[in-house]
Amino acid sequence: MSVDTKTVKKVASLARIAISDDDAERLAPELSQILGWIEQLGEVDTSGVEPMTAVIPNSLRLRDDVVTDGGIRDALMINAPQAEHGFFTVPKVIE
Amino acid sequence: MSDYRIQGATGEWEVVIGLEVHAQVTSNAKLFSGAATAFGAEPNTQVSLVDAAMPGMLPVPNRECIRQAVRTGMAIGAEINRWSRFDRKNYFYADLPQGYQISQLYHPLVGEGSVEVAPDEKNPDATKVIGVERIHVEQDAGKLMHDQHPTRSYVDLNRSGVALMEIVSRPDMRSPAEAGAYLRKLRAILRYVGSCDGNMEEGSMRADVNVSVRRPGDEFGTRTETKNVNSVRFVMQAIEHEANRQVDVLEAGGKIVQETRLFNPDTGTTRSMRSKEDAHDYRYFPDPDLLPLELDEAFLDDCRASLPELPDAKRKRYEDAGITPYNAGVLTAEVETARWFDTLLSAGAAPVQASNWVASELFGALNRLGKGIEESPVGPEQAAELLALVADGTLSGSLAKQVFEIMLDTGKAPGAIVEERGLKQTSDTGAIEAVIADVLAKNPGQLEQYRGGKVALFGFFVGQTMKAMGGKANPAVVNDLLKKALG
Amino acid sequence: MTDLTDLGIKQIRDGVRAGSFSAVDVADAFTAKVSRAKALNAFLVETPEHALAAARAADAARAAGETLKPLAGVPIGMKDLFCTNGVTTTAASSILGGFTPPYESTVSQNLWDAGAGMLGKLNMDQFAMGSSNETSAFGNVISPWRRADGSNAPLAPGGSSGGSSAAVAARLCPGATGTDTGGSIRQPAAFTGISGIKPTYGRCSRWGTIAFASSLDQAGPMARDVTDCAIMLEAMAGFDKKDATSLQLDVPGWERGLSSDLKGKRVGIPKEYRVDNMPAEIEALWQQGIDWLRDAGAEIVEVSLPHTKYALPAYYIIAPAEASSNLARYDGVRYGLRDLPDGAGLQDMYAATRADGFGTEVKRRIMIGTYVLSAGFYDAYYTQAQKVRTLIARDFERAWASCDVLLTPTAPSAAFALGEKSADPIAMYLNDVFTVPSSLAGLPAMSVPGGLDANGLPLGLQIIGRSLDEQGVLNAGLAIEERAGFAARPEAWW
Ligand SMILES: [Mg+2]
Ligand SMILES: [Zn+2]
Repeated sequence: MSVDTKTVKKVASLARIAISDDDAERLAPELSQILGWIEQLGEVDTSGVEPMTAVIPNSLRLRDDVVTDGGIRDALMINAPQAEHGFFTVPKVIE
Repeated sequence: MSDYRIQGATGEWEVVIGLEVHAQVTSNAKLFSGAATAFGAEPNTQVSLVDAAMPGMLPVPNRECIRQAVRTGMAIGAEINRWSRFDRKNYFYADLPQGYQISQLYHPLVGEGSVEVAPDEKNPDATKVIGVERIHVEQDAGKLMHDQHPTRSYVDLNRSGVALMEIVSRPDMRSPAEAGAYLRKLRAILRYVGSCDGNMEEGSMRADVNVSVRRPGDEFGTRTETKNVNSVRFVMQAIEHEANRQVDVLEAGGKIVQETRLFNPDTGTTRSMRSKEDAHDYRYFPDPDLLPLELDEAFLDDCRASLPELPDAKRKRYEDAGITPYNAGVLTAEVETARWFDTLLSAGAAPVQASNWVASELFGALNRLGKGIEESPVGPEQAAELLALVADGTLSGSLAKQVFEIMLDTGKAPGAIVEERGLKQTSDTGAIEAVIADVLAKNPGQLEQYRGGKVALFGFFVGQTMKAMGGKANPAVVNDLLKKALG
Repeated sequence: MTDLTDLGIKQIRDGVRAGSFSAVDVADAFTAKVSRAKALNAFLVETPEHALAAARAADAARAAGETLKPLAGVPIGMKDLFCTNGVTTTAASSILGGFTPPYESTVSQNLWDAGAGMLGKLNMDQFAMGSSNETSAFGNVISPWRRADGSNAPLAPGGSSGGSSAAVAARLCPGATGTDTGGSIRQPAAFTGISGIKPTYGRCSRWGTIAFASSLDQAGPMARDVTDCAIMLEAMAGFDKKDATSLQLDVPGWERGLSSDLKGKRVGIPKEYRVDNMPAEIEALWQQGIDWLRDAGAEIVEVSLPHTKYALPAYYIIAPAEASSNLARYDGVRYGLRDLPDGAGLQDMYAATRADGFGTEVKRRIMIGTYVLSAGFYDAYYTQAQKVRTLIARDFERAWASCDVLLTPTAPSAAFALGEKSADPIAMYLNDVFTVPSSLAGLPAMSVPGGLDANGLPLGLQIIGRSLDEQGVLNAGLAIEERAGFAARPEAWW
């Protein structure tokens, strides 16, 4: 798969990583090379094979419906870049 | 079957509606964390490290949320998938701390089911089956507040991680009325089951409304999705507005864009949400923090065994007992009413009389008092006692009304009221005969007219006799004795 | 008097119990050594007070005649991927600059509960993405080893647990935690002449460990020998109800079960691991390992793992895909770096924060992961990779019909110089060619030192076992260790 700079920019935007034109141009051949290498997987005949879901046989445990957590607002917010009146804050979202 | 049509300038249009209902699962704790779910808490106080997506935090599912979704699925006759799993829906937004919502795309917990609705209240037998494609379990997002600060939005994560059922209908509805009926019925079922409190004001239930229009009989048109509409009335308004808007666009030669729209309750209109071109590439993949969810037979049996009688079955039972379809519909529409009525029946009340009394006397009184049935000052056991007093002839209909008023005021038991105030109806023929003789003696003119052929005056004599007896005479006995006395 | 920093975990534990020396003396000796080893850049944060507090508690318990905890008196290093309450934890990334968790990871808590103390937080490849410790936002870790050719070229300590491997090899701590997603315990152990084991997926809780790729990440110990690994793993492992993938099993007494007698055991040699261009020294070491295990009583059998060559490409779909999603939470809202350019809206803030905060390799992997999951590519990449993963696990399952453990080299070369491979991502990824297949299958695997190459640099041998058979892996490791008699250690230049 050859990835062009437009695709690189689209992927970067999906991943919310700001990217300069230069970076996109540098990354395009690099990602193309990596994806090209990855694509050898296409050679493997996987017909009738189930995708792996649990690497070690184990099934999902469920917990009881009991309130065991919360009430830790101060601890949650000590690392916040910006907070006010018990809220995290972000640049105003218009919608 | 719906003949709802939009009359455009170029002819008739049919509306096609599908609803994705998000219903908050009734649970103490969140879907993947131990934080509480109660409504109205201080901001960010019902948030765990998991809900805030702190580094290294992991989800562990709440059994009760799974159980409630399974019971809901069973209640709409849906297939329950013994093997399901959780997927991540990836997107960036300030109310989504993880950067993904844990949901179920590929293998939902509940498969196909259906809900039978009666869109016309006056014609409860005209029903339609609305298909449900699936029910999956997912996390709710947090809440953003935009009006607290000129340049900032505030983020409250109390709702972040609360369990939701997303109930996805087939595009089977053809009118706002059908959509409204579907929502009301779905809400009733959820409340019967106890899997969601159905409180739309508090956001426990909201609908994404998918609408398209087409010429009757044509292929489906392009649809729009109006997000998060939070009342039955608004859903119906949104459909109506959106369908008309689409007809206008199409008739003007335009095209409908598949897009997400917002409903404005103040104007009853919808508007487009500005959306980025990549907004819909959610990159779903199975959540590697969670193993597949496998349900065993014992779990399913427990879910099944704990299901209550559901609205349709209850309604049929009432109708089989002789209750009119209209009353049966009214009595089963809300789970509290049905529970109240069932208690009344199990306290010994006769179904038909009881249903008439509830539909007229009780509802009338509650309406006057502005109270819901769960706050009724008269409980079903007391009501049963009252109806029993009527049935055994102790109280006449009008005495029963008096006693009921006193019960509403004082909260006393009907038997005690009858005793205290001597409201007991009498069938003592001697006493009644004496009063009748007195009445006839005092009204010689009317007696003569009656005997002269004016039989309509019979009612006058009944009224006079009852009045003279303070309303306490048994009307049937009065009738009999009067007939004899009047010859 | 012996230098206490020359002692391993078992020796320290036993010495403290016997009263041969105090735990405080041990802690002091190591903290002093840590503070003088800045040139290695192995520690991001030093926490002598933590080590000392645990040591004082151990000494006090002994003085009171109490039974000492399993790791009483043993100070260790903690990879910076483990969240530590009140101690800065960054995963070696600027995006978590200054992040101080108000909580303790289950693995670190288990170690403190066992009586261990913490010397500090260890440098690593950023978000555990790398094989050379060159992707840390806080500078490369320099291996304590140097080539015997006198070149003094700074060498890679391996990655991503490079701070851990360097610190143990340089005797800055007797043991350290590592995490292994595709080889991040085993490869750095091999590069620095120490031992390290990745247990079966689900043995160690992932709660509180910063996630790279959830379906692969496993914590494990890195220490000077097999016995020390067994002791430390026993303390780290265990069921945790906070991790839905945690195995609900008791922790075996691995130390007690250690035995280098391999009579009746069969050791499989996977023929597909004889890759092209394998250096002769690696071939020779592998053969030596085979001889040692035969000498220990094992029967040697050739086995086939036919999908081996597809493990790396499958890994480079699955791991970046999971990472692209796991790292979405670093958005500048609740913690960590926020970059808010003038007039930026929310989405621009995300993009600026993440562009600034993540290093090049992390961004590269997020991009790959985002790409392979994006609309239209999901099945061709991700679903296919998970199917191949099923086939790889099946290969191992079939191999277990004819053998009990597998023996392979740990890495295709000895440590390379810093900068030597960093320009070519695929060349770097190929370093994990021998370690990735067992990661994909969730199997326990360990590296033990086997010898030195011509430049005097350590080479490691890898043992892979059946799921849950850490004991079999440790025992084979012990058999090699006893026969290899590996005693080389880097000469202190730092
Ligand atoms: Mg929707
Ligand atoms: Zn949803």
